[in-house]
Amino acid sequence: MTTPSHVSSTSSHAAPLLEVNGVNVDFSLPKGDVRAVDDIHFTIAKGEIMALVGESGSGKSVSSNALLQLLPELAKVSGEALFEGRNLLSMSASEMRRIRGNDISMIFQEPMTSLNPMQRIGKQVAEVILKHRKISKREAKKRVVTLLEQVGIPEPERRIKSYPYELSGGQRQRVMIAMALACEPKLLIADEPTTALDVTVQAQILALLKELQQKMGMSILFITHDLNLVKRFADSVCVMRNGKGIEAGSVADVFTAPKEEYTRMLLASTPKGRKAQVADDSPVLLEADNIKVSFTTKKHWFRADEKFDAVRGISLDVKRGQTIGIVGESGSGKSTLGRALLQLLESEGRTVFDGTDLARLSTSEMRPVRSRMQVIFQDPYGSLSPRLNVGEIVSEGLKVHHPELNRKERQRRVVEVLEEVALDPRMASRYPHEFSGGQRQRIAIARALVLKPEFLLLDEPTSALDRSVQVRVVELLRSVQRKYDLTYVFISHDLTVVRALADHVLVMKQGAVIEQGTTEQIFSAPKEPYTRALIDAAFLNLEEVDVA
Amino acid sequence: MSTHTTPSAGTDVSAASDEFQAGDSLAVEAWRRLRQNKAAMTSLVLLIVLTIACVCGPWLLPWGLDEVDWNSFMTAPSSEGAHYFGTDANGRDLLARTLYGGRISLSVALVATIVSLVIGVLYGAVAGYFGGRIDNLMMRFVDIMFSLPFMFMVILLMVVFGRNILLIYAAIGAVEWLDMARIVRGQVLSLKRKEYVEAAKALGVKDSKIVTRHLIPNAIGPVIVYVTLTVPKVILLESFLSFLGLGVQEPLTSWGVLISEGQQMMESAPWMLIFPSVFLAVTLFCLNFLGDGLRDALDPKTR
Repeated sequence: MTTPSHVSSTSSHAAPLLEVNGVNVDFSLPKGDVRAVDDIHFTIAKGEIMALVGESGSGKSVSSNALLQLLPELAKVSGEALFEGRNLLSMSASEMRRIRGNDISMIFQEPMTSLNPMQRIGKQVAEVILKHRKISKREAKKRVVTLLEQVGIPEPERRIKSYPYELSGGQRQRVMIAMALACEPKLLIADEPTTALDVTVQAQILALLKELQQKMGMSILFITHDLNLVKRFADSVCVMRNGKGIEAGSVADVFTAPKEEYTRMLLASTPKGRKAQVADDSPVLLEADNIKVSFTTKKHWFRADEKFDAVRGISLDVKRGQTIGIVGESGSGKSTLGRALLQLLESEGRTVFDGTDLARLSTSEMRPVRSRMQVIFQDPYGSLSPRLNVGEIVSEGLKVHHPELNRKERQRRVVEVLEEVALDPRMASRYPHEFSGGQRQRIAIARALVLKPEFLLLDEPTSALDRSVQVRVVELLRSVQRKYDLTYVFISHDLTVVRALADHVLVMKQGAVIEQGTTEQIFSAPKEPYTRALIDAAFLNLEEVDVA
Repeated sequence: MSTHTTPSAGTDVSAASDEFQAGDSLAVEAWRRLRQNKAAMTSLVLLIVLTIACVCGPWLLPWGLDEVDWNSFMTAPSSEGAHYFGTDANGRDLLARTLYGGRISLSVALVATIVSLVIGVLYGAVAGYFGGRIDNLMMRFVDIMFSLPFMFMVILLMVVFGRNILLIYAAIGAVEWLDMARIVRGQVLSLKRKEYVEAAKALGVKDSKIVTRHLIPNAIGPVIVYVTLTVPKVILLESFLSFLGLGVQEPLTSWGVLISEGQQMMESAPWMLIFPSVFLAVTLFCLNFLGDGLRDALDPKTR
């Protein structure tokens, strides 16, 4: 941490760069006004990194968007936000335009969609400079090259001619940072800048931001749901809940002596516990032998089609009652492997489930096996059909596999399983959009459990959820596993969750398994440098929190 | 989220299953939501009244479709001689002709809508869902149908089968489902990658069920909007055909034909234009409101 930031955050004589005094945001909806941000106060000193932390829906992004007047018209903003003594909230549109991108700039969460796909990146970065500075195009181009070099893009001279699709997610986020820094802003608002990135890339991006911040002496308003990042990255913190700022202070104070119950709960929200190993003589439930999956990327008429190998010959044995964790970064082929195991994708190799070779089965022969192997997906928003109500969603499998049940019995089963996953059965007539992410994931779990399966494929089931919700879903998965003696294959990039749930871990990279072993072995003594990098990136400073 | 205590669980189960039944299907829910939409309900009532008038009205009128009143040629609307909408240049009662014309126009609209809904939606959904070679073949067939000159086809049909009102239905039906198939295919192509479709496959749901239960209901929004655009297009297409002498023949008539006749007499006999136009305009207006209402009612999010 830089010395100036400490001085300014503790003493009051330096005028703060940004002073937010009692800002409220109301959304006027047909049903009446909804208060999204309620009387929030915070200050950011020059050269300080302040973190705004909270779970989804706590109003942290709304508050930062309100500062730059980026909210839709139905939002009413009141209060005062002084930036160098001028109130941002009462500025006219043209004054605001001069501030945006120049004095205050922003980086967003989703690097895949925040760049214009039809424009070369050089042009997009130059646009910001040309808008705010009176310089020639040639000078602007030079500046772009320097900027791209600063943010660590290799061969910037050549890269300025690239289109966004030619860059990886991490590189795109670097370009976004270059755009944000183009006019050397005094304040950078970073709204979950690393959430959509792989853990190792995440660490690089944060290091880059910190380095640039110190070099340029700017302040950062850092918005995140991840307390571990805050601890590593920020000087001061403001915890938000339901639109209110409930606790603020320096990172050291808040982390060592949290005053509020909610902050303590957030700090403690790491999935805990370990899974016991299954007995060595436990029978093998699922056996996969040399599984290969490839996708055709380009078809040719007269020569062989071009192919991309997503999974390159993986074998694994899953014993009854075991949880195998498959970890790897995005694009490593872990989800593809999972879908191949369930025969949702065409694959080469042999998959034997409880003594039956699945590849030999026809679609109708496969159907009874399907009820024994189920799947839960990552995205709780995409995995439930929006036009079916919860009862219909959960009972669909019953209609397929137990057509002999009448309506009453089916309903009884649905009610039972909803209670099992701690949902009110009266919710059965509601539609998916009425539920929160965690509740939707419970519905997805209920849909799988209602068939009483033996094997569950869990494809990143907790990645889209808030930490505290994650902990509860992990608990639920663990308790149903014990109760029904389920076997899991658990796919995740989140190593904290894998450590809590799995007893055996496979590390995948580029379609192949590079390391495997018991959870103990992998986490305490990783052999491959790649595994070590993954673990380091995931457990930054986490150990103390975990031990406490 | 509620945590249940065991003693109350029994009563909860029965209460839950009751409610479950009440709000079970999307159709029931949609009807309840539609009833709250005043514009849509007014439109629905108006449409029903219009349809009943066109179907049953002519039986109650003193004048027939081609009955000539020798006492009144091109008279303005009056109760004298019971010509409430006036008469045309041949002394035929305009009210009777408007109602008879409504039968043709509404039935053409109905046939085109049903054909484009049933064939177009199913065809498009199947092509989009199975993809690959099947999709290729199915969509090339659509392209071929598109590229056939429509007028030429109608004339050919007339030559082969002779003049028949059913042929117009067949010709319009054959063309109208093509656009719909393309729209639905596009929707399904993006919907089939959603995880709920994959989840349904993992449950072992049959392909036919996935298409009808998961894909078509989720593609319904654009489908309804397109249907409300199809109806006026078809009514006008029919009048165009009739205008060319390929459609309905005198003494039979349709709203499109009446309007084109009225437009020629606009200055001397404005009623000949006004009455059929009002009938057509009201119908189209109601269909638009009803379409919007249906689209909202079928979307659970607008509750």
